[in-house]
Amino acid sequence: MQALYAQLLVGLINGSFYALLSLGLAVIFGMLNIINFAHGALYMMGAFVAYFLLNLAGLNYWWALIVAPVVVGIFGMILERTMLQWLTGLDHLYGLLLTFGIALIVQGVFQNYFGSSGLPYAIPDQLKGGVNLGFMFLPIYRGWVVVFSLVVCLATWYLIEKTQLGAYLRAATENPTLVRAFGINVPRMITLTYGLGVGLAALAGVLSAPINQVRPLMGADLIIVVFAVVVIGGMGSIMGSIITGFALGVIEGLTKYFYPEASNTVVFVLMVLVLLVKPTGLTGRAA
Amino acid sequence: MSALTDDTLPMTPRAMRDEMIVFAAMAVLLAIVPFTGIYPFFVMQALCFALLACAFNLLIGYGGLLSFGHAMFLGTAGYVSAHALKVWAFPPELGILIGTAAAALLGLVTGYISIKRQGIYFSMITLALSQLLYFIYLQAPFTHGEDGIQGIPQGHLFGIFDLSKPIVLYYVVLVGFLAGFLLIYRTINSPFGEVLKSIRENEPRAISLGYKTDHYKLMAFILSGTLAGFAGSLKVFVAQNASLTDVHWSMSGEIVLMTLVGGLGTIFGPVVGAFVIIAMQQYLAGFGQWVTVIQGVIFVACVLLFRRGLVGELAHYLRRSL
Repeated sequence: MQALYAQLLVGLINGSFYALLSLGLAVIFGMLNIINFAHGALYMMGAFVAYFLLNLAGLNYWWALIVAPVVVGIFGMILERTMLQWLTGLDHLYGLLLTFGIALIVQGVFQNYFGSSGLPYAIPDQLKGGVNLGFMFLPIYRGWVVVFSLVVCLATWYLIEKTQLGAYLRAATENPTLVRAFGINVPRMITLTYGLGVGLAALAGVLSAPINQVRPLMGADLIIVVFAVVVIGGMGSIMGSIITGFALGVIEGLTKYFYPEASNTVVFVLMVLVLLVKPTGLTGRAA
Repeated sequence: MSALTDDTLPMTPRAMRDEMIVFAAMAVLLAIVPFTGIYPFFVMQALCFALLACAFNLLIGYGGLLSFGHAMFLGTAGYVSAHALKVWAFPPELGILIGTAAAALLGLVTGYISIKRQGIYFSMITLALSQLLYFIYLQAPFTHGEDGIQGIPQGHLFGIFDLSKPIVLYYVVLVGFLAGFLLIYRTINSPFGEVLKSIRENEPRAISLGYKTDHYKLMAFILSGTLAGFAGSLKVFVAQNASLTDVHWSMSGEIVLMTLVGGLGTIFGPVVGAFVIIAMQQYLAGFGQWVTVIQGVIFVACVLLFRRGLVGELAHYLRRSL
């Protein structure tokens, strides 16, 4: 049973990353109509910023949690201003191709300087150790990742669904021209939205650094799984992305326990099943 | 939804004549390669990728479907052909046939699943399916995991042509490429191809005109997958191995890049694109990961600056269909 709980926890952690990343993809897709292929690369950048902060500037994990999303978010906003904004009105697929190119550039540059092996990033002192819950041993850092991700996800949901700013955002998703007519600077909102989505990816990268090490290709395979998550959950609903992300992480964790051979394919298999049974995805809106 | 190609020219006799002239010139140029001292292995490899890119272009350029998983056909056909040739000692023609058939079957299954969603979701689904296959091949015993299937015997095609001789193999690959190219050309200009183009331009309209667009998309997907598989089977004889790199997502990305560089929805673009990209990889092989960076830069430049691609820009300038 110990092993089962341990795999469940791993599943929840992976689920946190799926949720944070698919949430960002959904927010970006809503405003920019772009599937951000660079999301995995920016997640990786988040982890590297944390690594640089610690090793070059001596700023610890807690600083990284704030600084890395901001730095990567600004980098993302520059990308949006200089490149992505020119794609407005073009077929969706150009956004995919452009961001794929950006992902190749970013990953290639990091691979050149850091190879493909992992760089260690220590768990912060305050989160070291673990607690015995009776039925299992819970490493504090892992519990922290799950709880913190959940809080960030819910905060994002609240921001978009319940606040004034979120209302503008949702309105601009539906009809940007009309929202502009009300005097709201929609292009700036689009830029900020991209920054927000990318910042979430960077935050996931910082969270994952102590668990998975810091590697140039850490986001490359992850983003494909997240795409499958997005296909399963659909990008129409923020809460849908969060729930699907966590649920798939847990299912993956369970698979690692019961049938480890299928652990890296289970999400894709589920995607196929969902497409066969309910082609519009779980949240039910046609794309 | 904006169209991919903004200057679609009607299929006039003149356009047909132009295209046949270019095709003839291409065939002659490729036929004299062995006498020019150009390294034939390079051209053979480029021809396989050219056919692969043409097959991919059939979907994106004419059906508006961006498959981000076409490496799965290349890799699957490669593995099946390689296994049949090496372990079952099949003759080359049967090896190619079974590899291509495997790709066709894969096209049927993956096509059925992926056309359930449109647009950007279609791309994500094809990518996820190819990643699924990647993990399956990583674990399946017959692919030999990271090592791949190596030292594949080339044999005698139809018992006559000795494929271990580079010049014989070159012409076999060339004939295979030209046949595949003509099949795609014929498809594009058939009534079937016209329906595909109408789906690309406006799918709801095509549906309202009474076309079962899902059938057409599935047919196009199977045809594209089959031809991509055929290219993969031919490549087995050139490279004499089948490995995981052929199924990896980065390979799918390269196929997209070749077609984009040459020109989406142009007839000769994918061929030009394949030669450009393969040549680039050849010359920049010593630069390590910078090749990836350069590929990324080309992606960005193509999307932002010249979406028509090399051949598309030329065709636009000459006001011809190429």
